[in-house]
Amino acid sequence: MTLDYKAATEKYEPTLGLEVHVELNTNSKMFCSCATEFGASPNTQTCPVCLGLPGALPVVNGKAIESTILIGLALNCSIAPYSRFARKNYFYPDMPKNFQTSQYDEPICVDGFLDVEIETDEGPKVFRVDIERVHMEEDTGKSLHVGGSTGRIHGAEYSLLDYNRAGIPLVEIVTRIIPGTGKYAPQVARAYVTQLRDILRSLGVSDVKMEQGSLRCDANVSLAPIGSGLLGTRSETKNVNSLRSVERALTGEIERQANRLEAGERIIQETRHFLEESGLTRPGRSKEQAEDYRYFPEPDLVPVTPDAKWIEELRAKLPENPADRRKRLQREWNVPDSEMNSLINAELVDVVEETVKLGAEPTRARTWWLGEISRLANEKEVAPTSLISTAFVAEIIALISSGDLTDKLARQVVEGVVNGEGSPKEVIEKRGLKVVSDDSALMVAIEAAIAAQPDTAERVRGGNIPAAGALIGAVMKATGGQADASKVRELLLKHLGQG
Amino acid sequence: MTNIHSTAAEMASALAAKEISSVELTKQHLDRIAAVDGKINAFLHIDKAGALEQAEVIDKKRASGEKLSPLAGVPIAVKDILAQKGIPTTAGSKILEGWRPPYDSTVVAKLKAASVVILGKTNMDEFAMGSSTENSAYGTTQNPWDLARTPGGSSGGSAAAVAAFEAPLAIGTDTGGSIRQPAALTGIVGVKPTYGAVSRYGVVAYSSSLDQVGPFARTVLDTALLHEAIAGHDERDSTSINAPVPQVVAAAKRLDVKGMKIGVIKELSGSGFQAGISARIAESIELLVAAGAEIVEVTCPNFEYALAAYYLIAPSEASSNLARFDSMRYGLRVGDDGSRGAEEVMSATREAGFGKEVKRRIILGTYALSSGYYDAYYGSAQKVRTLVKQDFDNAFAKADVLISPVTPTTAFKIGEKSNDPVAMYLSDIATIPVNMAGIGGMSLPVGLADEDGLPVGLQIMAPVMQDDRFYRVGGTLEAALLSKWGQPILSKAPDLTVQK
Repeated sequence: MTLDYKAATEKYEPTLGLEVHVELNTNSKMFCSCATEFGASPNTQTCPVCLGLPGALPVVNGKAIESTILIGLALNCSIAPYSRFARKNYFYPDMPKNFQTSQYDEPICVDGFLDVEIETDEGPKVFRVDIERVHMEEDTGKSLHVGGSTGRIHGAEYSLLDYNRAGIPLVEIVTRIIPGTGKYAPQVARAYVTQLRDILRSLGVSDVKMEQGSLRCDANVSLAPIGSGLLGTRSETKNVNSLRSVERALTGEIERQANRLEAGERIIQETRHFLEESGLTRPGRSKEQAEDYRYFPEPDLVPVTPDAKWIEELRAKLPENPADRRKRLQREWNVPDSEMNSLINAELVDVVEETVKLGAEPTRARTWWLGEISRLANEKEVAPTSLISTAFVAEIIALISSGDLTDKLARQVVEGVVNGEGSPKEVIEKRGLKVVSDDSALMVAIEAAIAAQPDTAERVRGGNIPAAGALIGAVMKATGGQADASKVRELLLKHLGQG
Repeated sequence: MTNIHSTAAEMASALAAKEISSVELTKQHLDRIAAVDGKINAFLHIDKAGALEQAEVIDKKRASGEKLSPLAGVPIAVKDILAQKGIPTTAGSKILEGWRPPYDSTVVAKLKAASVVILGKTNMDEFAMGSSTENSAYGTTQNPWDLARTPGGSSGGSAAAVAAFEAPLAIGTDTGGSIRQPAALTGIVGVKPTYGAVSRYGVVAYSSSLDQVGPFARTVLDTALLHEAIAGHDERDSTSINAPVPQVVAAAKRLDVKGMKIGVIKELSGSGFQAGISARIAESIELLVAAGAEIVEVTCPNFEYALAAYYLIAPSEASSNLARFDSMRYGLRVGDDGSRGAEEVMSATREAGFGKEVKRRIILGTYALSSGYYDAYYGSAQKVRTLVKQDFDNAFAKADVLISPVTPTTAFKIGEKSNDPVAMYLSDIATIPVNMAGIGGMSLPVGLADEDGLPVGLQIMAPVMQDDRFYRVGGTLEAALLSKWGQPILSKAPDLTVQK
């Protein structure tokens, strides 16, 4: 008999541990001045240093140190006044020096935490995730193993190596073990990575694109019988390339481990690879015999000793925590949860805030970005923000609020701006889009409509108010949609003795 | 008349006065190399065309009145451990056979900028691991004083080239004595500058925390001229010191040690050193006293652990530095016949490409860094390093410079120590503490040992970035010795054109 997830977590308590690797978005690599652009032709962004040519020496990228300190501060870490790089020695063809320059026992940031909120059966609950360390290292190159069935180096016919990624600054954020999450372990993990991603984005230190590998999560989990107080043997799942995958991978892994334990088998300490299609994991490298990396302090680099004053300057520069900011904005804009989530998922919080800052009414700003502009963006398969500036949106909303534009007209203005017809003013000018608010002009149209549909007019006079719809529609049509429909209604009803 | 026996300073002034062209001077040296290097084997690569082309450009610049640097047009030999763009660079190893660097090391770039003519690359112990050049994968270099003896090492090719008048100047590197020991054994001047004084960028790394590039020449002044040309901060080397280069040329010309306190290191004198060496050191001390220096005895009790600690730190760093030689990107590749995986090809290449001593040190270093042994070996060695530094600090509190012999013996016979690594390691007993502390030191020829007629070197040491002090003392003592002998020490060396 197999356990499903529910049964598994009723019997076993998961303990999490998360390692997140972040590629910094510095213009140059960690230890040389090579470019870091994603997707460049293989081996075009290399030099003697990142190729590990004999004699070449590393020099630390100061911007990478700054970014790492910012991350540490945002995660409530202490910043070490003295930290060092170390060499992690192991052989692999995509590592030019056959050692990775990393930080080992003297990392730059230690002892932080991040509070994450998830929805539980009992309502929202906050879990504190303790951060053990944040440290700097360099990325490896990329291998492409050609031939063979597994896509791995063993069994491949030949391998291609691209060193463009070798030496890209990486920051590794390691949590302490996260106990006590129970069945919520996968959600806590997902919420942690989500919140971390948002923080990193708000700091502007990384592209945080999981699908491109600029944010990677290794999820460790172990199980122990509930109440046993024990810590089980863990597995480490790699290749988790989306937020959803974090949750799926852990759910699957908890189920897998529970069933092994049920069957009386032991858990092997190993690296496992997440398979996106099936949601399962397959075994990778066993860590039973811990590899000896022969760490020692990197003699080619001097210790990192950030000035305390500089750290305080960086702390003062920290942006508002994204989670706090969202709560504040939701309150200020008076937005229901569901719609706030829509804004967040559509990554439109920033532009809406900007549009509001430019004077737009929050509800309108939200509706326009999430509605019409997103719709057009979907059609064109581009980001909404690339279609129109926040200033133009704010201008259009202001015209709506002042009654100079109807929603319908405003849609045309937006369309015009998106089509490159110029600023909202220019579009209004060119297309002649102006609310017809002149009563006498409207009255001419109203009288014409009544003349065209005398029976309908008679019904309205007789008290059948809904019948007025047909007349209003005719007026709107006659004025090319530029009239304010409520104004037309008011004038019409008054004229027919119903006002 | 300027010729290959002139000093670099004399060559430079003759060039400046247009008494000789750089092309003529370069040709003289290339002819000398052609005549004697078959016996010496100082060069691994002679860049005849490149040197003549460079000399021609310099002559043209001079003819057009362009302002040139002090050593412009003077030839030099460069240890084959420094990357030179487009020129084979092997570090004395088979594993780098055929590699032509796509870039210049900082020191080579500085030499080129100073219009110094690069004749070629010199022989060395593989990856600078050794004290005799016998560990070179390309054959041993012979000592110009006695072809049956080694010139020392690891920079033996550079030292022999200068001593054999194949070049007036040479570049070496010194990790545990690899400049000073061969200088002593060949009767020339060699300097290991303060760690960080000369950029290591482009120097194939042996032990990063100990390696340092330095000059060889036949006089103290020539050595200082080259020192000034190559020293200075380099932003591509994080460990390079960002401070002005000490005034070493001025110091070399000062010829005065009045009032200077010279410390004699108790632990590096007396028994353990060849009698002829101790006698020449004693004479040198007398000359320094006569010149107005004050002699004090200092004690450095931790030096006795320095050698053992060195043979943990250097191999540890080497085991990591040499990991990159895996056949994947450059150099030798063995066994890539389609039947072997990458790991097997790496392994076969390293098996075939590294020599015995290199493998020994890689294994030693790998062991010393292993989990469970790190603290006992690498960790303890670092503590010794701190103690050696303290010994120097205490000694320099009493003296401006320290002196000792450079080597326990004069040049030894080829093959004499090659099967006894520990005996070979002991050649560097007096030089290693200097590297461990990161200070600078000079080897100055102070005469010939009575028992074998071979050169003796005196080591002069100064605190960090006070390299000018040993030039001052060295220059003064050199002048006193020259007036005593009447002619330079190398005039006593055998004539290589007749010697078998």
